[in-house]
Amino acid sequence: MADALAAVFQRPNFLTFVIIFLWGFYIMVTRYNLVKKLVGLYLVQTSVIFFLVSISAKKGATAPVLLSATDPVQAFQYANPLPHVLTLTAIVVGVATLGVALALCAAIYRRYGSLDEEDILKRLE
Amino acid sequence: MTFSFEILLLILLLVTAAGAILVKDLMSAILLLGSYSFFLALVWAWLGAVDVAFVEAVVGAGLATVLFLLTLFGTAPKDSRLRRPPPPIAALFALPLLGVLLLYAANDLPKFGDPTSPASTHISPAYLERSYQDTQTPNVVTSVLMDYRSLDTMVETVVIFTAGIACALLLRRQAS
Repeated sequence: MADALAAVFQRPNFLTFVIIFLWGFYIMVTRYNLVKKLVGLYLVQTSVIFFLVSISAKKGATAPVLLSATDPVQAFQYANPLPHVLTLTAIVVGVATLGVALALCAAIYRRYGSLDEEDILKRLE
Repeated sequence: MTFSFEILLLILLLVTAAGAILVKDLMSAILLLGSYSFFLALVWAWLGAVDVAFVEAVVGAGLATVLFLLTLFGTAPKDSRLRRPPPPIAALFALPLLGVLLLYAANDLPKFGDPTSPASTHISPAYLERSYQDTQTPNVVTSVLMDYRSLDTMVETVVIFTAGIACALLLRRQAS
C-alpha cells in the first residue's frame, strides 16, 4: 500500500493525467448542458495527449532538433520524437472533431431552442 | 530539470482545469479552458516537445477557444441548470474504481524521464540517428511527419476536410 502510494507520487505527471481524465469523464457523464459536456471531452482528449508527451521526456534531454549536422547523433541527448508526431496528429484531428460537435450543438439549438439535455428530451416526446 | 518548477506547472494545470469544470458561467469556463490549454503548451515546451507545444498553443488555445466562443454567441451563454444534478450511482462506483486501478498500475510504468524506458529504446533512436542522412532535415519531428509518414499526414488532411464539410452542412441556413 505504502509502496503503491510512493510509486504514484514519484510520477506526478501520471497523477495529473488520472485526475484530469477521470474528472473530465465524470463531467461528460453527469452534466446536462451539451457545451459543458464538450468541455469535459476536451479535458479527456488533452489529458491523454499529456500522458503520451510525458512518456517521451528524457532527463537532461533537449528538443528533438539536431544540434549538429555532422556529428554522429547520441539518442539520449534528444527527447523521443515519435510520441510528438502521434500527438500532433491527435491534437489537430481532436479539434476538428470538436468543431463538428460544436456545429451539431448549434444545429440542435436552432431546432429545439435549448442546449439542456432534459429540455431537448422533453421536446422530443 | 528543476523538480519544484514542474510541480508548480502541474498544479496550475489542475487549478485551471478545475476552474473550467466548476465555474457556472459557460463563457468563463471556456476562457479558463483556453488558459488550461496554454499552460499545457507551457508544460510540453518544458518537456522538450516544442512542436507539440506550438500546435497546442495555436490550435488548442486559439482555434478551439474561438470555436467554443462562436458557438456560445449563437446559443445560450448560460449553464441553464445552475443546480448540479445528482450523479448516477454507476458513475459514483465505476469512476473511483477506474481511478484506483489506474493508480495501482503506476508502479509498472517506467520512471519519469528515464532514457532507457521501453518507449525510448526500441525504434526511436534509429529515427533520431538516421533522419538527417535520409531527409536532410535537422528537426526530427518534421522529418517523421512530412517524410517517413507523409502519406499518413496527407490522409489526415482528408479528415480535416471532411470535418470542415460536415460543419458547413450543419451550419447552413434553410432557405424558407
